[in-house]
Amino acid sequence: MTNPALVTLLGQNSGRLDLLPYAALLDLSFERVDGELQLIMPFAETLIGSPGRLHGGAISGLLELAGLLTVIAAQPEGEPLPRVRPVTVTVDFMREGAPIETRAAASITKLGRRVVNVHASAWQADRSRPITAAHINFVLDWPDR
Amino acid sequence: MSNFAEQVSQFMGPFVGRVPHNKQLGLRFVAAGDRWVELQLPFSPRFLVDPDHGVWASGPIITLMDTCVGMASMLARGAFEPHATLDLRTDYVRSPKPEATVTARGECYRMTRQIAFVRGLAHDGDPADPIAHVAGTFMFAASKLAGGWQ
Repeated sequence: MTNPALVTLLGQNSGRLDLLPYAALLDLSFERVDGELQLIMPFAETLIGSPGRLHGGAISGLLELAGLLTVIAAQPEGEPLPRVRPVTVTVDFMREGAPIETRAAASITKLGRRVVNVHASAWQADRSRPITAAHINFVLDWPDR
Repeated sequence: MSNFAEQVSQFMGPFVGRVPHNKQLGLRFVAAGDRWVELQLPFSPRFLVDPDHGVWASGPIITLMDTCVGMASMLARGAFEPHATLDLRTDYVRSPKPEATVTARGECYRMTRQIAFVRGLAHDGDPADPIAHVAGTFMFAASKLAGGWQ
């Protein structure tokens, strides 16, 4: 991820994430809520997996992007961005995804220079009832100086 | 192949690609056996998260693998029973080749009264050189296997 426009965008309070093609596919936007980066996935018929339920893969995709963008926002300012790639992604499905808006946010368990451990969770109307959570280990590849 | 597996291949096979989110991604059915399924996801630039480096997002791969192993668990169950993913772990062992079609092979290696244990891999042409491995579990709401719903 070398796109400086992404860092500028994440510095805003809200916006759309169309810079990332897969985020555009899911129609994602973001919002800062009390400093926390939250991703918003509006409901669309195209997200349905089984009748009346969101596809677990789409929710997993939302979780990964919440983790990825949280990692990018945590990088030191003014330095070139590393390439950030997930190596392991473990998703727990707790509740079915209803056909309504879904939000996701991530927290960094350990921010290393090469490895970042992240926990992400997704919820719908009630944040205290998460529908899906993920544990993701990202590896950072730094550009040569 | 069992009658159920044949039935699934004929009717559920084409159905897989008509599930709205699978259709949005362009996922398609390839083949199935008694406890395994093969699906494919042709490349689309919409799957990338980092177009500068050609890095794929996880979402399309997880959607592909979840669908694949979910269908394998249904085949192993031998019945159309409601089931839901309990958990799914994906290990990305290497990046896919640029613009590759990704093929998923998933199997259910153990079925209990309530839980299907599944595993699978994704490759971009050679199953011996995968891009990702998955392991997961599916939960069935109730069981007909042990004699009635319990």
